[in-house]
Amino acid sequence: MKPFAYHQPDGIPDAAKLLISIEDSKLVAGGMTLIPTLKQRLASPAALVDLSKLGSLKGLADGGTTITIGAMTPHAVVAASKLVQTKIPGLAALASMIGDPAVRSRGTIGGSVANNDPAADYPAGVLGLGATIITSKREIAADKFFLGLFETALEPGEIITAIRFPMPLKAGYAKFKAPASRYALVGVFVAKFADGVRVAVTGAGPGVFRVPPMESALSENFDPSAIAAIKINTDGLTSDIHAEADYRAHLVTVMAKRAVDAALS
Amino acid sequence: MQISFTLNGRPTTVDVEPATLVAELLREQLNLTGTHIGCDTSQCGACVVHLDGLPVKSCTLLAPALDGATLLTIEGLQGAPGSNQMHPMQEAFREHHGLQCGFCTPGMLMTAVALATEKPDLTEADVRHGLEGNICRCTGYQNIVVSVMAGAAAMNAAKGE
Repeated sequence: MKPFAYHQPDGIPDAAKLLISIEDSKLVAGGMTLIPTLKQRLASPAALVDLSKLGSLKGLADGGTTITIGAMTPHAVVAASKLVQTKIPGLAALASMIGDPAVRSRGTIGGSVANNDPAADYPAGVLGLGATIITSKREIAADKFFLGLFETALEPGEIITAIRFPMPLKAGYAKFKAPASRYALVGVFVAKFADGVRVAVTGAGPGVFRVPPMESALSENFDPSAIAAIKINTDGLTSDIHAEADYRAHLVTVMAKRAVDAALS
Repeated sequence: MQISFTLNGRPTTVDVEPATLVAELLREQLNLTGTHIGCDTSQCGACVVHLDGLPVKSCTLLAPALDGATLLTIEGLQGAPGSNQMHPMQEAFREHHGLQCGFCTPGMLMTAVALATEKPDLTEADVRHGLEGNICRCTGYQNIVVSVMAGAAAMNAAKGE
């Protein structure tokens, strides 16, 4: 790692000010992606702005029809939350499948969503549930937030403070893990609401995306059989050492069926 | 920068560069070489320590995160206080041959103790899922899983006494 200055602000405005005033500074939440990136010298920021002292960013709040999760809440806390387990069990299951126990101790929902890794789990849950990303400046709908490979709608100096999830009637997540990294080779989140079904896919392409044909089929009949014949187009899907695009396309259907199964169980 | 934390029960203050990994700090500055660095890419889990009671990979943790925290390393793992005995999980690994070369063992033990502390009634599936972040290249995991189950049972029994 190249040396960097280290700041631990105790308020969001201070953190935002540091981010804007120090050229080439970066936010660090749990550091589960950033620290390996620094170690490989893929990034060498002049300063890190650490959000860990901001206690207001940690924890979960029951809003009746929504659950709001603070940006600095670790995956292990979401996975173990009775509130999430009861109201959105699919999201608790997703959090329990991220990385390994040590990663879940440190990694945060805000960090994962802001990073928008194409194979991360949370973006599928956030888009699949149609959550709202709450930042230091505004609220952003999930459909407008994820813009592609590691790209989000966040502006310079804008900090995610929380994510608000609507409670679905049913929801489930299934993923096919890359065995070494435990990232999603393909992960599918399915959520059923009174006004329809949302299906979000991570790992298969350069960014998380929805599958409208599956959404309309599942809105008619929320059962794995309803989507068994739906194949997704391989155009734009990822081909790499782990899997070719056609295999990923195949896995999208398989994982979507399993996610519906999980939602129904 | 100066950071102060509790290390294996003792108050500790050190001067570190912010770009210092906890694994480096432990091994090179504090001479606690029981924490092993296997892959140094947060895959293998040989470097797992407990930060405020939770398992974390010390090769993927910056030293400033320790400030004000409580850190437990493999050197701090022990049996009943004052008994000079090994921790029940360590005893279980010895009894059930849960190691061969021993390189991954410190991380396995720290992860295992965290698993058993979080969920006293561990199932074999829990153990296998919980050890996903710890790689062993010798044992094929079978004896490690047996050891963790036995160690968890021994920890429960010790709690009941």
